[in-house]
Amino acid sequence: MNSFLSQSFAVIRMNLLSLPRRLWMSLAMIIASAVVVTILLAFLAMARGFEVTLKGAGSDDIAMFLRDGSAAELNSVLSKSQVDLIENAPGIAKDKTGVILSSELYVIVDGIKKTSQTAANIPLRGTSQTGIKMRQDFKLIKGRLFNTGTTEMIVGAGILRQFDGFELGKTIRFGKNKWQVVGVFSTGGNVFESELWSDYRVIQNLYNRGSSVQSIRAKLVEAGDIKQIKEYIKNDPRLNIDVETEADYFSAQGKSLNYMAIFGKVISSIMALGALAGALNTMYTSVADRSREIATLRTIGFSNSSAFVGTLFESLTLSALGGLLGALGAFLLFDGMSTSTLGGSFTQVVFSFELSQDLIVQGMKMALGIGLVSGFFPAWRAARMPVLTAFRTE
Amino acid sequence: MSEKNIFKLTNLVKRFTKGKETLSIFEDLNLSIKEGDFVAIMGPSGSGKTTLLNMLGGVDQPTSGEVEFDGKGIEKLSENQLAKWRASNVGFIFQFYNLMPMLNAHRNVELPLLLTQLKSKERSQRVETALELVGLKDRAKHMPGELSGGQQQRVAIARAVVSDPKLLLCDEPTGDLDRQTADEILEMLQLLNREFGKTIIMVTHDPSAAKFANRVLHLDKGKFVEKELSL
Repeated sequence: MNSFLSQSFAVIRMNLLSLPRRLWMSLAMIIASAVVVTILLAFLAMARGFEVTLKGAGSDDIAMFLRDGSAAELNSVLSKSQVDLIENAPGIAKDKTGVILSSELYVIVDGIKKTSQTAANIPLRGTSQTGIKMRQDFKLIKGRLFNTGTTEMIVGAGILRQFDGFELGKTIRFGKNKWQVVGVFSTGGNVFESELWSDYRVIQNLYNRGSSVQSIRAKLVEAGDIKQIKEYIKNDPRLNIDVETEADYFSAQGKSLNYMAIFGKVISSIMALGALAGALNTMYTSVADRSREIATLRTIGFSNSSAFVGTLFESLTLSALGGLLGALGAFLLFDGMSTSTLGGSFTQVVFSFELSQDLIVQGMKMALGIGLVSGFFPAWRAARMPVLTAFRTE
Repeated sequence: MSEKNIFKLTNLVKRFTKGKETLSIFEDLNLSIKEGDFVAIMGPSGSGKTTLLNMLGGVDQPTSGEVEFDGKGIEKLSENQLAKWRASNVGFIFQFYNLMPMLNAHRNVELPLLLTQLKSKERSQRVETALELVGLKDRAKHMPGELSGGQQQRVAIARAVVSDPKLLLCDEPTGDLDRQTADEILEMLQLLNREFGKTIIMVTHDPSAAKFANRVLHLDKGKFVEKELSL
């Protein structure tokens, strides 16, 4: 083996074997790095979970129509005549009964959160059999679908997890109206699971919406191709409507929690500065503790670069252990944890923290960054340790 | 002992500067040491004997003057060149042994061989031979903390000789040992000098230790002085 490598391996081995002499300081460095990584990953996993929940709801082969300038379904309104015009738009798929299109309403009702026992907004969506069929991941997990023309509703699995009083068979009162829960559905964990669904005509009636709707979903002939529809809308002045694919709509909504990731990065960077100060202290102490050993090796003929590599490796090892511990902590504490927050339509979106591999890599990069900076300067000192230190008397 | 000089010091000057004050350790020190000699350097504290040993070992550099080893000047070599020179030519023996506490005796002795191109098997054979030479073959797996002071110094001697250097530099090698153990260590150094031809330069306070050397130099206030060895 190359002499530099064998020297470096020997010094790394000695440094790691001497860690028990500096047990508490080394543990402090590991824990400081772990805390930074856990905090970072918690925020990133939260933002990722929210994004995945929204993105997962969007499909490329569905066009979504909202009133021009409406960022969300809540503040959109489309008249019956506009709905009729959209039914004639090109590029929309058809089946035996005609165009595959779902007129939908989106109103806000109250629910009591299990965690805080406080009221929070949840969406009641008016839809139809066609609308349900358009959600490819839809699965009725309990009960049955609502009957058309009745005040029956089906409840998303996320609502059931996070809110009280929506269990199958329960009667719920929203204002003057009573609703019966007849089924529980899942849509594979996406944002639709944070909703209550019922017949859109009943909602039109009970909420005095006349014949208007808030959004239209239409199946596209070719996935992602909305060019013809856009052209059609542009050429008809009666259609002050925006159209985009459902995937694009939810992707934009998902980004609304990006500030969470940025906030997490800022917070963990500030914490990393604190961890860095502690880690620098640990590593300078390590060099001081090993000064005679370093100088003895230099006297024997070891190169100063091996002292540098050994110290840097020690620092990287401690911070990497901290990173792994932090990732494990984040995984055990947060991964899969279900929570809810206010989404783009001022309603609660139920989502789970999602700690993916790439986020763990980001956490490890943060930990190794702490190790690199806190190891570099002490390693430089180790490399420049005067050889005469070996001859000093005790 | 050969007639060839292993060391030749010419007009060696060493000064330390502290603030505005300059402290002179040597002024025009001259010395020749023959290859295969066993030299003891004695002197009171502050006489400059350890500083001299450091310069002979290339761990300190003179302010001016020449330090020739085997006919080549070493005083102008860079730090890394000196490290390589020490690895090939010098074995060090320290007063407090300077063993790595986290490595067993075998691993400690192996350290200088890591600077060579030897394969692991060859290194192990050499380490075994060195430990056998100092009578500690059966203690190869022992950690320094499990060995007595004398045994630790023997491990340090094995480490110093394992790469077969020409020169052994000893800084108070018996300073931390009782008389009987000290004598055993000194007899071992004598054996290495007589049987293996090692040139040994030993700094010591102890006249009994100096007795084991072929030549005793007294250093006082930066100059060699003639003095009777009094026990």
